[in-house]
Amino acid sequence: MPDPLSLTPRQRDDLRTIAAMIVPASDEYKMPGADDPAIQADMLGTLGRDAKLVAAALDHLARLAGQPFAELDAAKRDAVAREFRSSGGAAAATLVRVVLQCYYRDDRVLRSLGLELRAPFPMGYVLEDGDWSLLDPVKARVGTLRRGA
Amino acid sequence: MKDPVDVLIIGAGASGAAVAWSLAETKMHILCLEQGGWMNPAEYPSTGRDWEAKFYGEWSSSPNIRGRPEDYPINDDNSPIKVVNYNAVGGSTVMYTAHWPRLHPSDFKVKTLDGVADDWPIDYDALTPFFEENDRIMGTSGLSGDPLSPLTHPPMPQQPLGLSGAIIGKAMNKLGWHWWPSDTTVATMDYEGRARCINLGHCTPACAQGAKSSTDITYWPHAIRAGVELRTHCRVREITTAENGMATGVVYYDKDGVEQFQPAHVVIIACNGVGTPRLLLNSASNRFPNGLANSSGLVGKNLMFHPYAQIYGYVKEPTDSNRAPPTCLWSKEWYDTDLSRGFVRGYGVQFVRGAGPVFEAVVSEQKGVLPWGADHHRVFRKLNGHRLGFSAICEDLPEEHNQVTLDPELKDSHGIPAPKIDYTISENSRKMMEHALARGREVLDTAGASDICVNSPIPWGGWHLLGTARMGADPERSVVNEWGRSHDVKNLFIVDGSIFVTSGGVNPTSTIQALALYIADQMKQRLANLFD
Repeated sequence: MPDPLSLTPRQRDDLRTIAAMIVPASDEYKMPGADDPAIQADMLGTLGRDAKLVAAALDHLARLAGQPFAELDAAKRDAVAREFRSSGGAAAATLVRVVLQCYYRDDRVLRSLGLELRAPFPMGYVLEDGDWSLLDPVKARVGTLRRGA
Repeated sequence: MKDPVDVLIIGAGASGAAVAWSLAETKMHILCLEQGGWMNPAEYPSTGRDWEAKFYGEWSSSPNIRGRPEDYPINDDNSPIKVVNYNAVGGSTVMYTAHWPRLHPSDFKVKTLDGVADDWPIDYDALTPFFEENDRIMGTSGLSGDPLSPLTHPPMPQQPLGLSGAIIGKAMNKLGWHWWPSDTTVATMDYEGRARCINLGHCTPACAQGAKSSTDITYWPHAIRAGVELRTHCRVREITTAENGMATGVVYYDKDGVEQFQPAHVVIIACNGVGTPRLLLNSASNRFPNGLANSSGLVGKNLMFHPYAQIYGYVKEPTDSNRAPPTCLWSKEWYDTDLSRGFVRGYGVQFVRGAGPVFEAVVSEQKGVLPWGADHHRVFRKLNGHRLGFSAICEDLPEEHNQVTLDPELKDSHGIPAPKIDYTISENSRKMMEHALARGREVLDTAGASDICVNSPIPWGGWHLLGTARMGADPERSVVNEWGRSHDVKNLFIVDGSIFVTSGGVNPTSTIQALALYIADQMKQRLANLFD
């Protein structure tokens, strides 16, 4: 019996197609697209509590397309995608968020953005103390704390 | 049947921890029941690469989204502001920004000063020693001497200004407006067993380093060492009473879901401005048909949230992004009433340093700033690591129609009726929010920001849950007296944000804890005649 939370092959095709429309590959920035196999595998492997809404979003997408979304020509896909984003509500927002959260944690993407490939803990980050003389004009201001008495 | 305890505290969050610690010196038998458990910092989001994704699920600030077994559902469909909280030892101090202003002296006298709402039955000076004590135990950082804020003495220096702080400071100076490094409960040096902040990123959903103060790592270790018993995963269903109208104890579900009765001589509620009225209303009986301690009819009424008016934009220079605690500076420029602005009372401002890449992408796409398609990469590079934010915390005035009641259908996992929120933003608050957004736009314009976006109110911004069991001298107009004791039930006390009379225009946790310490002190002074 199939896992009720896993996507059907058609839904996976449509997810891959719309993910590439959200974030396409870029030669200029040397970035993969969100349809990259590793990023797609991350999405499918970590859907978890989002699975139901993502599946609902993909069903909505297929309804708008009238056929598998992935099989539409480019012009029709663009029109359906716009309609999907404007009418898809929480389900569409969840699908887009899943695409983006998996994309922006991919090693190649983070490296291209100049971000470190690590969790924040335990190394943390360095924060500049800054120029506190900026506060001098405020310190010079006469305090007028309002009181009730 | 269990032996009675001297004092039973319900809730181990900000106020429950403080009152437990303070009362421990009496050597009474003190028991705290907490519906959540102890937190494990090794599982906090910042320990993983997927730290941002967790904010949308198991680490959401909304209990309705999070849905942990420790959470209870809240019907907030009829409110533009959704309730956020956390249920664990430490309560919502596990999940907060650690921004640490105090209410101002003027906040306790709004009727006298501005002719609206009511004055508090106590004043700022009554709380001053407890603010100081609380700051020492929670461990605050900051810079003493802010000309527009109450005088504080943080034991640790302020957070670094950082890249974002410098941009904001320059813009505010150009405009001639007040700004100051925020007092926070983020440790900027090693302090009382806590390690200093190493800038793990957005620390609102818990700090793996332990630099951000939460009561599970501040008050509770001291209280437990002093003999207080803390029982976790125990959800209280109702407070029981005797024929003489005194509280006799509580009925609760233990960690195995088994119903238990715990007798007590004194009951203290510390469940926040939603959980407390929920419990009182769920404790209705033949003796108290409208809910416990509710002869005034005000239990659950006058809910105050602080509507947040947030505006943000993107500057050319890099900002601190997620590589720092989220808040760093405040402004009190518009805190006090100036009727020429078109509204009464005012708002505090907290400046926000930036956002992480996933949050930036998700929110910017939703706002229509980050496009789909070929231009996505160019725009994302312009946005990511360049955000600056201005959030106004607008004073919510008490209105009885803003309320917490019991939902007729929704129940928690133990079958206990869930709270229902009915709330609207007042005309006065709306004008205040518009004013704040206009000032924020000026700040962002002066800083050279573009792509300005607005969240007004911040939908999931119901952090501050205040006013639903207000304090006062008149039993017909308040639920508890000037030292936190129920007017109706002489051995029942409330110490959380529900006893606020008005909300001020700042984050309330510092004041909530000072109030809890004040009430504990009042109880200690009156032990011989506590129930008179």
